[in-house]
Amino acid sequence: MKPSSPRSLGAQARHKTVRALAAFAICAVGGTAVMFALDQAGTDYAFLAAYTILQFVALATAWNILGGYAGYVNFGVAGFFAVGVYTSVIIYKTLQWPLLFTIPLAAVVAGLLGLGMGYLTLRLRGVFFSIATLAFSVVLNTLVVNWSFVGGSRGVYVIHPASMAFFGSYARYLMVVMLILAVGSVLIARMIENSRIGNGLAALKDDEMAAECAGVPSLRLKLFATTVSGALLGAVGAPFPYFITYVDPTSAFSLTIAVNAIAMPLIGGTATWTGPVIGALLLGTLQQVATVTISSALSLLIVGVLLVVFITVAPNGIVGFIRDWREKQK
Amino acid sequence: MIFSLDLFCNAVVAGVLLGGFYCAVAVGITIAFGMLDIVNIAHPAFIMAGGFIAYYFNSNFGVDPVLACAIATVPAYLVGRLLYRFYHHAFEKRGEESLQGLAFFFGLMFIIEVGLVLTFGVDFRFVEAAYIGPTISIGFISIPWRLLVPLVVGLGVVGGIIVFLSRTFIGKAILAVSQDPLALRLVGGNPVKVKEIAFGLAIATAILSGALLIVIQPIEPSLGRDFIGRVFAIAVLGGMTSLPGTILASMILGVAESLTTTFFGPSWSPAVAFGLLLVTLAVRPAGILGR
Repeated sequence: MKPSSPRSLGAQARHKTVRALAAFAICAVGGTAVMFALDQAGTDYAFLAAYTILQFVALATAWNILGGYAGYVNFGVAGFFAVGVYTSVIIYKTLQWPLLFTIPLAAVVAGLLGLGMGYLTLRLRGVFFSIATLAFSVVLNTLVVNWSFVGGSRGVYVIHPASMAFFGSYARYLMVVMLILAVGSVLIARMIENSRIGNGLAALKDDEMAAECAGVPSLRLKLFATTVSGALLGAVGAPFPYFITYVDPTSAFSLTIAVNAIAMPLIGGTATWTGPVIGALLLGTLQQVATVTISSALSLLIVGVLLVVFITVAPNGIVGFIRDWREKQK
Repeated sequence: MIFSLDLFCNAVVAGVLLGGFYCAVAVGITIAFGMLDIVNIAHPAFIMAGGFIAYYFNSNFGVDPVLACAIATVPAYLVGRLLYRFYHHAFEKRGEESLQGLAFFFGLMFIIEVGLVLTFGVDFRFVEAAYIGPTISIGFISIPWRLLVPLVVGLGVVGGIIVFLSRTFIGKAILAVSQDPLALRLVGGNPVKVKEIAFGLAIATAILSGALLIVIQPIEPSLGRDFIGRVFAIAVLGGMTSLPGTILASMILGVAESLTTTFFGPSWSPAVAFGLLLVTLAVRPAGILGR
């Protein structure tokens, strides 16, 4: 990714701006093309399937900010996601804000939770952080099950309008929202990756002690990554109640989400922003097809097997595999 | 919430009995995670596999569940050794055990769980044995046999492992590898071989505790997830490498869960282990009997 020949700083900055603009243009054109293609399918199902895949792109990218860049495995993805889901449910039952205002609020709540949990556990070894995130998710699940206002274990219905002005059907609107969230997550991840923060995270991933000795403020960086990652996971959860219209703890804290958000970046490659996107697009599509044609249990088995095979055979994921192969060709 | 003395006493007794079962469940994690530094989050999945082995032999051939799994510990030990050998070559040797190793066991947990779902379905399964059902009554305290048997077997397993580690040559080598693998290498031991044996032992205990679980309650494949928090909470609370600490921590968790279930309802009990874990990590990460 880094330019190999030395270049003046001005040229580098200009190069970066051009690349960012190009990326933005590609996203805009690509998004419109996808919308157009989905319109041709003629049913709402196409939008819902696209929503699911885009949701995985956003989740995988968000997880990767902490898990891939800093090397801290967050098993509590479902917990953060559910915080977003239930923030959205609470707003729906009380203030009735439109979805677009709920998403930032869900991000703030989930981000603060991430920050708090980071304070508790990030001073310890990485493994303890991973187990604590798992704990966090189960504690939240128990709280929700026992909280009848948000439906408890029975669940709650969320009714959305049949259509949205300008967007047509509500499914179409939801897909656009998720597309924006996915692209936004990728842009944030890309920004972090290319910044001093990203370099610091990469340094502490390689050797935390050495990074600290070299003056990297490791705790602050880890807290930053946990907060941003948590906030994005929460934001992705916010539209979910409107997507499935019936929320219960099983669907909000679903294992599918936790497994996929971890498997997709690891299969795609964790070092760069492209890895989670590739992993999510591939696995998301594969699962959509497998769920429809075979069964959902089997499609989950596929994810598990692929995860184990990839981390054993290609530990740097698809992106790392391609990079190694291209270097060999030279 | 109704508070009465006999309810309280019964809850404490049930908690201690449950704690005996928990120490059989957690001893494998104390060995694998505490001593060998292998974060085997698939451990509860192996427990469920053990439960279904007991179910299969009990429902098809009428074999006693605990006996079936006691026999199954031999192949389980070999599977554990193979698994460690694979893990060592794929991750430990490359020095990538932290991120990739964790994800590997996560994937493995998933494969075992979905494999059990595809084989046995998602219905609750149970076993039949003479000691499931009757209870002993002493005054107002009742002791169900279905909890007493796991207590005895659980304490027996942990006691046996304590004796094994302190008396035998291999056992002492396992303690040595947990303290300082490099020093073991310097005196001519092979840490990989020793860790392989210890990990096999850990998996064998998981299979055996699966039989105890299905004696206590009907099981279904996803039940294993509830045990992830419990085993790690016990290992951390007990001080990671200490087996007496594991027993003590199991009892604490058992009583805490039992009291919660009795006075607040069973829907709160999953949070007890994790709450205990979070508090321990925040307040005293070294555990109660830790160094």
